[in-house]
Amino acid sequence: MNIVRRSFLKLAGNMAALAAAGMAGLMQSATILAAWNKAGFESKALADTLKSLGASGAAESRDIAITAPEIAENGAVVPIAVTSRIPNTQQISIVAEKNPFPLAATFDVANGAEGYVSTRIKMGQTSDVWAVVKAGDKFFTAKKEVKITVGGCG
Amino acid sequence: MSDPMKIRATLQGDTADLRVLMLHPMETGQRKNSKGEIIPLHFIQSVLITHNGRTVLDAQWSQAVSRNPFLGVRIKGAKVGDKISVTWVDNKGDKRTDEVTVAAGS
Repeated sequence: MNIVRRSFLKLAGNMAALAAAGMAGLMQSATILAAWNKAGFESKALADTLKSLGASGAAESRDIAITAPEIAENGAVVPIAVTSRIPNTQQISIVAEKNPFPLAATFDVANGAEGYVSTRIKMGQTSDVWAVVKAGDKFFTAKKEVKITVGGCG
Repeated sequence: MSDPMKIRATLQGDTADLRVLMLHPMETGQRKNSKGEIIPLHFIQSVLITHNGRTVLDAQWSQAVSRNPFLGVRIKGAKVGDKISVTWVDNKGDKRTDEVTVAAGS
């Protein structure tokens, strides 16, 4: 009898052990990610991203300045700075509309930090970059197009 | 494990100009190595900055932040000698904290 059956049982046993290990790993990472905006960072369309931030239908504001190059040769390193002159700015998000996952970063500022952040992001292609600012309970946006010569996602 | 951050905090008037350079690969999960295997996602997910123990910035990042991330922040009401601490945590649970004191600007 039945070598096939025996090896099948052995395989099944191994798979069960692997599955258990995988579950344990998943649960561990889930606890670390508790505060991370998973829905927002995994959304693939701008509208979903804005929704995850609670910023659907946010008004455009001239008090937000985005400092970014008009043409970035290297999409792997695109310097972006956002300055919000809106009083009581609490949160600044940076969104690259045509990236595979548009939401790049969210910054909560408090206790004397100014409405200003500066960082560098990757961009896959020429796209509008949005700054989404939360002040009080309201959201405001601004956008600026950045042309990309060589994409930085691959 | 991870390399120390480079942090500089200089006072301009009553505002500390903070610049942080972290050393991290920030893998997007879309690149392949020379054997054609996908390099798994590995990126900093959260960054916390405190000024004399009070939280001034709490950031959440995606893999779209560039390799060896740069972060610039301005903190009002700072004085020379104030302590600023920066902590990052990545998606594998690795973390690193570095501290700096605010220096007088030129």
